[in-house]
Amino acid sequence: MHNKSIKELASGLRSGEFSSVELTQAFLARIKQHQSLNCFISVTEDLALQAAKLADHRIATGNADLLTGIPIAQKDIFCTQGIKTTCGSKMLDNFIAPYNATVVEKLNDVGAVMLGKLNMDEFAMGSSNETSYYGVVRNPWQTDSVPGGSSGGSAAAIAARLSVCATGTDTGGSIRQPAALCGITGLKPTYGRVSRYGMIAYASSLDQGGPMARSAEDTAILMQAMAGFDPKDSSSVDMPVPDYQAGLGVDLKGLTIGLPKEFFGDGLSGNVAAVIEKAIQEYQKMGAVVKEVSMPNLKLAIPAYYVIAPAECSANLSRFDGVRFGYRCENPQDLTDLYTRSRGEAFGKEVKRRILMGTYALSAGYYDAYYIKAQKIRRLISEDFKKTLAEVDVIMGPVTPSTAFGIGEKMGNPIEMYLSDIYTIAINLAGLPAMSIPAGFAEGKPVGLQVIGNYFTEDRLLNIAHQYQQVTDWHQRSPKGFE
Amino acid sequence: MTLTADDVKKIAYLARLGIDQQDVESYTKDLSGMLELMTQMSETNTDGVLPMAHPMDQSQRLRVDEVTEQDNRNNFQAIAPQVEEGLYLVPKVIE
Repeated sequence: MHNKSIKELASGLRSGEFSSVELTQAFLARIKQHQSLNCFISVTEDLALQAAKLADHRIATGNADLLTGIPIAQKDIFCTQGIKTTCGSKMLDNFIAPYNATVVEKLNDVGAVMLGKLNMDEFAMGSSNETSYYGVVRNPWQTDSVPGGSSGGSAAAIAARLSVCATGTDTGGSIRQPAALCGITGLKPTYGRVSRYGMIAYASSLDQGGPMARSAEDTAILMQAMAGFDPKDSSSVDMPVPDYQAGLGVDLKGLTIGLPKEFFGDGLSGNVAAVIEKAIQEYQKMGAVVKEVSMPNLKLAIPAYYVIAPAECSANLSRFDGVRFGYRCENPQDLTDLYTRSRGEAFGKEVKRRILMGTYALSAGYYDAYYIKAQKIRRLISEDFKKTLAEVDVIMGPVTPSTAFGIGEKMGNPIEMYLSDIYTIAINLAGLPAMSIPAGFAEGKPVGLQVIGNYFTEDRLLNIAHQYQQVTDWHQRSPKGFE
Repeated sequence: MTLTADDVKKIAYLARLGIDQQDVESYTKDLSGMLELMTQMSETNTDGVLPMAHPMDQSQRLRVDEVTEQDNRNNFQAIAPQVEEGLYLVPKVIE
C-alpha cells in the first residue's frame, strides 16, 4: 500500500480494497519500524486513527475528496491545535498550539489523516536537519548522510514511505533542497499563494509553505488543498487557484528552457552536472528548446539573503521572551535576566548566530550598509529573473551543488553550509515558484532538477514535472530497505 | 570587516540573548566570516536602485473595523509559564 499514488489509494479506499483505518495502521507500523531515521518529532497515533475512522465514514457516504483518508504528515512548523508544535526547538518543547494553521485546517477539512509532526531544523534555520533540538534525521538513501533541510523530516519520511505526502516550508530552499537530497518531488509556491497563518515565522518576506510528495501528480493534489487566499495572512494573494490536476496533460513542444550559465559554473560537482544535463536532454526530446541565459546578480543572492533573513528572524524571534509561552528559565533575577537566560538556554547555536547577525545588520550605523544594501541587491536579482523570464518560459538548473553530504561534515563551518543553498536562495528573494524533481543518481544518492517559473505558474511547473515523470521513473525508486 | 568579542557581547545584549562565555570566540569568528561574505555586495553599484522589502510590492490590505476574533484569553494563558487572574507574571520591574 505504501508505494501507491494518492489516486490509486483513493480508488482502493472507494472500492473497499482497504479502509483508511487499515491504511493508517500500515503507515503507523512503518513509522515505528523505521524510528531510527528520526523523521517524526511527534506521532499522533490516536488522533490519526480517529481521523481515519471519520474518513472511512465520509468515503462510505460519498462525501469525500481525493485526499480523504490519505495519511499525510505536517512539518512541525505548522501550529496544530491541542498538539505539541515545537518548530524543532527547545524553546517550544512545551508548546501546545492553541489554534490550527490555515494549511492544517484546510487539510483537516478535506479529511486527510495526519500521522504526526515532522522533524526539521530549529526554526527552519539549517540545510541539513542537524540544528534540530530533536536530533538529526537520517537520509534513507544513505543513513550516514543528511536528508537536507530545513524540511528534512518531510523529505526523508516521504522517501522512506512513512507518509504518502507531507507539508514543508521554504525560506531559502527548505522544500527543494531536502526534496533533491532525498529523491522526492517538492514545490515552493509563489510567495503569497499558500497561507502563512499559523506557520511559525522565520523570515516573513521569504517564508512560503508548500507540498512535498513522491510524484508531481501527488504534489499537485496536495497543492490543490493547500493553496488559496486567506484573510488571516496579510500577505496572502487574492487570486483564483487553478485546477492543478487538470493542467497535467499539456505537451511540452516549443517550451523554452533558460539555462543560466551561473548555475553551471565552478562549485557544481561534475556528477550532479552530468545528471542535470541528461535531464535537460530528456526535455529536448519532448520538444523543448534550450537557450543559454545569464543572470549576473545571482552570485549576490547568498550575501543578500544572509542579511535579510537574519534581520527578519531577529525581529520575528523576539516574541520568544519567556513571558507568554514557550520556555522560561528557572529563578529569573529580574526582567532582563528572564529574557536573556530564557532565550540563551532555549535557542540553539545556529538560531543564535542568525539573531546576532540580524540584530547587528539592523543596528544604528549599520542599517544602510547592510540591510538597505541587501534590499537593493534583492531588487537587482529580482530584475534579473524578470528579464530572463520574459525571454524563456522556465529556467532550469541543479537544486544543490552536490548530493547529500555526511552527517557532521559541515556543522563546524556555517558558511560552507550556507553555500549548499546557492541555487535555491535567489528564488525566495524574488518570490518566484520553483520545483525540485528527482532526476537521477550520482554515486547512489539522488539528484534534483530545479525548474523555476514566473509568478503564479505552479500549474505549468507541475505539468513540466509530470511530463518528465511520464518518461522517467526516478521518482518511483525506493531506497534499499524501504521498498 | 571583522568583529571583536566585545562587539559580539554588545550585540547579544541588544538582542537580550544569553550566550555562553566559551562560545563568544566562535560567534565572533562566524559573524566575521558572514560579514566577509557580505563585502561582495559593496562591489556592486546600487545607486538609484529602489530597496525591495517584499516580493509582491503590494500594499497592506485593509478590513472593516469589526470584531472578528473571539476571546481566547483562557486558551492562550493556559500555555503561559506563569499567570494570575488573567495577567502574565514577570519578575518585579518597579520597586
